[in-house]
Formats: sequence, structure tokens, C-alpha cells
Amino acid sequence: MKRFAAVLLAALMVFAMAACGGNANQQSSTPGGDAGNSTPGGGNDTPAPAGTVTIKVGGIGPLTGDLAQYGTATEWGAQVAVDEINALNGPVRLEYDFQDDTGVAETGVAAYNTLKDWDVDVIYGTTTTAPCIAVASETFADRYFQLTPSASSPDVTANKDNAFQMCFTDPGQGIAAANYMKDNNLGTKIGVIYNNGDAYSTGIAQAFADKAKELGLDVVATQTFPADTTTDYTVQLSACKDAGADLVFLPIYYTPASLILAQAKQMSYAPVFFGADGMDGMLDMQGFDKSLAEGLMLMTPFNASATDSRTATFVESYKKLSGGVIPNQFAADGYDCMYAIYEACCQIEGVGEMDHSQLCDALIALFTGGTFKVDGLTGTGMTWLQSGEISKAPVVVKVENGAYVNA
Amino acid sequence: MKRTLSKTSINGFINYGIVIAAFLILQLLMAQGMISNTLKSLLVPVCCYIVMAISLNLTVGILGELSLGHAGFMSLGAFSGIVAAMAMQEFSPVPRLIAAILVGSIAGALGGVLVGVPVLRLQGDYLAIVTLAFGEIIRNIIVVLYVGLDQKGIHITTNSAGPALEEGGIMVIKGPMGAVGVPKLASFTAGFVLILITLFVVQNLVNSRAGRAIMALRDNRIAAESVGIHVTKYKLMAFVISAALAGAAGALFGLNYSSTVSSKFGFNTSILILVFVVLGGLGSIRGSIISAALLYILPEMLRGFEFITKARMLIYAVILIAVMLTINNPALKSLLEERDLSLGGLLGKLKNGGRAKKGGAGQ
Amino acid sequence: MSFLSNILTGVSLGSIYAIIALGYTMVYGIAKMLNFAHGDVIMVGAFMCFFATGRYGLPPLVSVLLAVVVCTALGILIEGLAYKPLREAPSLAVLITAIGVSYLLQNGAQLLWGADTKTFTPIVSGSLSLVEGRLNISYVSLLAMACCLVVMVCLTLFTSRTRMGKAMRACSEDKGAAQLMGINVNSTISMTFAIGSALAAVAGVLMCSAYPVLSPTTGSLPGIRAFTAAVFGGIGSIPGAFLGGILLGIIETFAKAYISTDLSDAVVFAVLIIVLLVKPAGLLGKYVPEKV
Repeated sequence: MKRFAAVLLAALMVFAMAACGGNANQQSSTPGGDAGNSTPGGGNDTPAPAGTVTIKVGGIGPLTGDLAQYGTATEWGAQVAVDEINALNGPVRLEYDFQDDTGVAETGVAAYNTLKDWDVDVIYGTTTTAPCIAVASETFADRYFQLTPSASSPDVTANKDNAFQMCFTDPGQGIAAANYMKDNNLGTKIGVIYNNGDAYSTGIAQAFADKAKELGLDVVATQTFPADTTTDYTVQLSACKDAGADLVFLPIYYTPASLILAQAKQMSYAPVFFGADGMDGMLDMQGFDKSLAEGLMLMTPFNASATDSRTATFVESYKKLSGGVIPNQFAADGYDCMYAIYEACCQIEGVGEMDHSQLCDALIALFTGGTFKVDGLTGTGMTWLQSGEISKAPVVVKVENGAYVNA
Repeated sequence: MKRTLSKTSINGFINYGIVIAAFLILQLLMAQGMISNTLKSLLVPVCCYIVMAISLNLTVGILGELSLGHAGFMSLGAFSGIVAAMAMQEFSPVPRLIAAILVGSIAGALGGVLVGVPVLRLQGDYLAIVTLAFGEIIRNIIVVLYVGLDQKGIHITTNSAGPALEEGGIMVIKGPMGAVGVPKLASFTAGFVLILITLFVVQNLVNSRAGRAIMALRDNRIAAESVGIHVTKYKLMAFVISAALAGAAGALFGLNYSSTVSSKFGFNTSILILVFVVLGGLGSIRGSIISAALLYILPEMLRGFEFITKARMLIYAVILIAVMLTINNPALKSLLEERDLSLGGLLGKLKNGGRAKKGGAGQ
Repeated sequence: MSFLSNILTGVSLGSIYAIIALGYTMVYGIAKMLNFAHGDVIMVGAFMCFFATGRYGLPPLVSVLLAVVVCTALGILIEGLAYKPLREAPSLAVLITAIGVSYLLQNGAQLLWGADTKTFTPIVSGSLSLVEGRLNISYVSLLAMACCLVVMVCLTLFTSRTRMGKAMRACSEDKGAAQLMGINVNSTISMTFAIGSALAAVAGVLMCSAYPVLSPTTGSLPGIRAFTAAVFGGIGSIPGAFLGGILLGIIETFAKAYISTDLSDAVVFAVLIIVLLVKPAGLLGKYVPEKV
């Protein structure tokens, strides 16, 4: 009897695995795709007008778990761009799918392989750093072009010619912050509070510390907290206050930062707070008391309340997609990624006949060629370095009356 | 136990058989190109989680102590294994992988001794909380560790500037960034071999004199003590072996991805493995293997249906609850018992409650 | 002075842990199960209050009542659907089911209300200044402590004096014997969950008032911390949960202030382990020797 059960179970297991494969195959034959076509990208059989090439862009980011808010922002931001691009009826159409990685490397690699089964051409993502490094080494080996909206560690692009970033790198931001403080004589004594359990935050803080030392800035207190789910920052703030810091650098995301601002107010501590791009989004949190952020300075490439028509249209479409959420720089970087991919594909000749590795090489050549420039929401004339790092100017803004003004 | 001695050894052979058959079938399918990339990418982690589940079953099902920090041992194994593999750059992949897994299991075992000696005198939920605390301590410590390698050897510091390295030195673990640039040494075959080794170790332990002593402790500690079974010795033996196997699985896992961060091995991963064990049946090795494989693949399978991408984990939760309710349904259980069809252990020991001695809801 | 101010910070943090731990320990004490979904019920409670005050402009007290009603209903529903069928099952099966419920609530909340972080509008704001503003304690913390004390006294009186309370204790001692004495075990345990979930709603509102961010995963970490606090104080013991919560808050704050902010989590858990080694049943828990 037991033996029978065992055979039954073995069969069940194999069946389940086969079923898993089956699903993936099913998915790759979704309508609009070029199923069975051995050269993905050569989608001449799509319903689009003759001569149009379809490029499959596969996105990866956390849609569930603690980091879901960042993943959904990049997902929707890119979706807005894809809808706009496909409405242009240009020479290239984008087909877009986004997979959940829960912010974890192993799930990110699984999500990437799901996209491979879908015959993806270009990888967009991942949103967060740790899975991005893991996925980038896979795409490097498999030869897929990868553009991440927000994974900002230099390790993402290190030793990989195919990985490119839309956001500033962490050390880049730390150095820019130190330079800005020095040039504008922002504070005499500086305190730093960062998340030492997070690669983004630690990366900026380390580069900032090195640069500050070099420039002779007086860093009087460096405090850390272990995770973004930490709730009480009184001790860290007290340490900065007791050390007499009149400028506190917060290279952290906006959720913990909003608590820090509230708790500083409660203990009547009012230095100048200075944040990095992760701080963008705080003003648009549902229910946030904007007076808390008055005087806050941050480096962000994107301003959702800007009045130019492209930003306004983007914000409008994004809100429609997200049910009223106002986009932050994650979403804007995602939007720009899609335009970068689209414009690059438009410039490559014979893009329709290329498989993913040929497309990868062509895109690398274009991105690092020096002539390829993209205008987007987060910068104009954006170019890329050989390393994969983006070159665009950081903009420092200040919060006044609940809105950003250029500082 | 005497009555079932031959039965248990047959059971053990069936387990080897299932694993070998699954491996051969998968290899065959892979050679035919009939396996999707998604499934291919899941093979190594599935092997790791199967080893994790079997090893946790040793603690929870066979020793009868609830552990909520099993991922902590995996973490120790992963990071020490990565350091070992990086330190052996000049060797070829296979010896590097073997050395890394050995180092990982030693690190896991050391962690097991460190935790086991003081805390095994606690029981039930108190032991659970201490293992949870231990898992969190490991996570917190690795987050602030910076490990570098150069000609002179391994340098470890908690200074965020990192250790001073000589020319040509490399950073292996960079605090919260974790280990990056790890070579992908792990393979499905290695995972398969590791499962076989794990099965060999655990099944032989269970069927030995020591294993019977361990199970006697689970079923009735006082009675076991009164016939002269050394409580601490046997508890520690099971706990340390379990931790060593987890360390080995961690090393294999760490060498499968180019980046590994310590937050991966937190409470949620410990819970995930516990779910595999409980769903597979406490004390049932085969149950652990099957449930770890199926449950790990399940959320990835759910990706195939486009309309539920966002609700993937919601559906996973519903399935989890539904399965727990179904296999514990008294009507269904008595039906199965009548027919002596225990679903190959899927229900197996679960019906006995495993920790039958514990009072309260356990009875 | 900084020492005193750290104590106050610790007590404020601890009061939040304590109020969550009370609900945890209540359910554990009676139903003998680790309800890992407790933290997520807290999150649901906070969301109810957030929508009531933020979106529909209800007064704070009404919002809290609404949150309590919804969470109580949710608690009874969860208990009835997921835990009641497992009454005879091993405790680990119930534990896993509770984890399933926790995932369900988190992911359900994310689908319904979105993953973005919301800022909670505190039901009480401001803080009490002492010694010329050098020491501060927020009114929310004072309220939380007052709530803890009231809840503690009420629960103690309830379990020791009332018929229902005595029935609960009987169930926790021996379900079979309680049933033989004519106690309806099922409804008694459902009642426990109702009370535990109502407490979770209050805890959720207080926690989010003290630390005003709210997302679907808000409850999970405080849930674990409160579980730690409950074990620390002696799980099942009502005063123990309060003491454990407050002490955990103070230890955490001191670890950050005097040892290292880098390793504060490790220090907290290390202290927990040491305490459990010295007192294996927690600070106020009773060590029950096993009978042969």
C-alpha cells in the first residue's frame, strides 16, 4: 500500500512540475506575442500596422511585501509610458509584462526566468538593489539588455556591460550631497542618521562620510537604525541634538523619514534636514502633515508638482492608473526607462530581425556610444557612461509651503 | 519500533528512490528541452529547501522541539560558505563547492552548539522564542560585518569603511549590501547529492540507538530519563546535526545567486520552512521532501495566470489554510485510517500530533 | 538628564509593545495558541480608524469604536472559519493556519488599500513637557499606559470574578474537564478571540497614533516584538505582558543609547535569551513542574 502511495506521489510530483512548465508555455503564447517565432522581436505578425516591430519588455520588482510600494511605483510609471508610446503608432511597439520579486534575490531570478519563458527582449528592473545584482549577473550571462529604474548600487553595473541605471548611484548621491553642503555653507555641525540594514542608505552614507572628511565638513554624530520598519528614532535624534548638529543628513526612504520629522518636532529639535532621492514621495503620502516637512531639502530628479505639460500629463495618467496615488521619482524613473528603451530601439536598424543577444549588443553600443541622449521627466539630455551609470545633474529642492521649490 | 524496523528501512529506500527518480526524470526532460526556464531556475533552491525541511523536521518532528530560527543556521552556512568559496579562487569549481558546503555545515554546527547548549533546557514556546531571537541576532550581526580577502587571509571588521586590504584584495561581505559578486557554483546535481547525503544522515540517525533515544525524549521525557537516557546529550545531538545540515543547505543556496543579503534569512524564511515541515507531516521525511518541493514551486506556478499576478500570495495563503483544514479534518482522517492509506506520510505522523506529549491543543 | 529622557522614551515605546502584548497573551493564555495573525488584526484596526477619521471625518472616539467593532467581528470570523475546525488538531497545525491567516490579511489589505504608506492622523497629539521642556512624554504614550493599566485590571477582574472568565480559565487548564462540567468550550474560546481582537484594534490605533505610518505590513514586526514581550514577561500572565512590554521598550532604547544603534536588535534579543535562561518561564510566568 505504501509503495503504491509512493509511486502515486512520485507521479504527482512529476505531473506538478510538468504542469508548471506547461503554464509557462501557455503564457508565452499569449495573444499579441510572437509565439513559436524563434526570433523574438520579429513580431511582424502582430495586429499592429505593417512594418511595426514589437519589443517585449519584461519588468521585475516587488509587488508584495514590505517594499511593494516602490515596486508598484516603477510598474505603473512604466505602464504610463508604454501606453503613451503605443498610442504614438511609431515604428516600435512595446509589449510589457511585470513580475513580482518581493524584493528578494531568489524570487527575482525566478521572475526573470518567467520572463525568459515569455520570450522577453529587454529586461526593465529590478526595482531594488539586492535582487538587481543577482538578476544582472544572470542577464549578463544570457545576454539580455537590462535597464533599472532605481537599483542604485554600483554593484549592479560592476563588471557587467549590459546593465544600465536610470537613477543616480548611491556614492554619487553621497558625494553630491557633501559638495552641495560645502558650496552653500549649509551647516556648521552635521549629523547623519541612516538605515544600516539597507544597501541604498548605507551606500550613500559611506560615500558622504568619505567626501565630508575630504572637504573638512564637521560631522558630529552618525547614527543608524536597523530597518525601515523601525518606529522610534528619539535616541538617534537626541544624539544629534546633544552633539549640536544644525544640519541632519537623512539618506533614507520617506517612510522612516516622515517619522523622524514628526519625532524631531515633538522634541522641539529643528535643524535643517537634508535628504536624498528616496525622500521624494513624502509630501504625497496620504494624510501627511506637510508642515512637518517645511524647510526640508532633498536631492530629487523629479517634481510631481512641476507645471510643464509632460509632467502634468504623466501625473494625470498615473493617478488614473493607480487610483489617485501621486507618482514619485521611482515612477518617473520607470517612465523614463521605457522612453529610453523605445527611442534606442527606434534608432537601431533592423531591430525586427534581432534576437535578444543581438539586440543587447546593439543597445549597449548605442547607450555607450556617446551620441545617444534621452529627454525625460528626470532630466534632459541624459547620457550613460561606459560603466552603465547615468549622467544627469542632481537637482536640490527645498520644501516651501508644502511644495518643492528649487534651492 | 521493533515491529516496524524492517518497514522503516523499506521506507527509507523508498525515499531514496523518489529523490533519484525525480532527479533522473528531470534530467531526462531537461535533455529533451521540455522544461521551462522558470522551473530550471527553481531546481537548486528547491534542493536547498528540501534539505532545510528535512533538517528542521529532525528538530521539530523527531526531537519534538519547536524552532523558529532555522534560517539563522542557513545564514551562517551561506555566508561562511561564500567566504570559503571566494578564498579558493585558484581551485576548480567542484572542490570549491564541496569545501564551501563543508565550511557551511561546520559553521551551522558551531551555531547549533552555541544555541543548543544553553537553551535546550527550555521547552515548547520558550525554546521557540529563543531560537527566533537567535535568528534575529545572527541577521543583525551579519548586517554590520565587513569581510575582505587578500594575500594575508581573511579580514573581518564592523567598521563601515571596511578592512584595509592589500593590492588585489576583494571585499566578500559588505554589511547590508551582503555578499556580492559571488560565483554561481551551485548546480542541480550538487543539490541532488546534498539531498541524498541528508537523507542518509537523518534516516540512519532515526533508525539508530541514538535516534530511538531522541524519539523517546519526544514522546515522554520523564519516562525516557528514568530509563537512563541522557537528555542533554541526545537533544544536542539532534539539534546540532539539524543545524549542520541547514548550514550545508545555506552554503549551496548562497553559491546559487550572485548577491545574498542577510535579511533574506529572517523570521519569514524560518516560518516558510516550518510550513513545509508541518504540511509534510511532523516526523515524516518523505512528507518534508514532497511538501517543500510542491509548496516552493506553487507561488511560481501561480505566476502563469496573468489575472492573479498581484493576488498570487493571497491565493497561496488561501491554499495554505485550506490544506491545513482539509488534512486535519476529523472525518477525512478517520476515512484514511480505515483504509490504512496514509498518503505516503503526508498525513503520517501529523495524526499522532508529533509533539503528543505537549498538553493543551496538542492533545 | 539624558538618562531620564531615555527612560521616558523607553517607557513610551514599551507602552505600545505592552498593549499589543496584552492581546497576544490573552489569546495564548486561554486558547494556548500562538496567534501570529494578531499583528495583522492590529493593522486592520488601524486602517479602519484611518479611513473613519481621514476619509469620512468621524470623530476619533467613534472611529476607535468602529475599529473595535470591525476587529471583534474579524476576530470571531477568523476563529470560526480557520481555528475552530482545528480544535482537536496538533498545536503546530493551528500555528501554521495562523500564519496563513496572517499572509491572507496582509495581502488582502494590500489589494484593497494599496501598498503605499499612509500617514495616520493621531487620535491624540501633543506631548507633556517636564523640567522646562527638557523631558518630553507624548500624550499618546500616557494614554497607552492608562489603557494598559485599565485593560490589565479589567482582564484580571474578568478572568477571576465573572462566570465567563472562570470558564475561560477552566478551558485553559483542561478543555476536556471543562466540557464535562458543562462549559461550552467553543463559545468560550470564540469569546477569547473576540476580546483579543478588540484589544488589537485599540492597540493598532494607539500604535499608529504614536508612530503615524500605516501600510499593510505595519503589524508584522510589532507583532513579533509583542510576542517577545509577552514571553519575556511570562506568556499567559496578564501583568507579565505589561511588564515585559515596558521592559522591552526600555532595553531597546538603552541598547541604542548606550551600546550601539547598529546592534540594538541583537542586544535586545540577547537580553531576552539571558533572562529566559535564568527564569525559564519568563519574569512573572509560573514554572509548572511536570507530573509523572
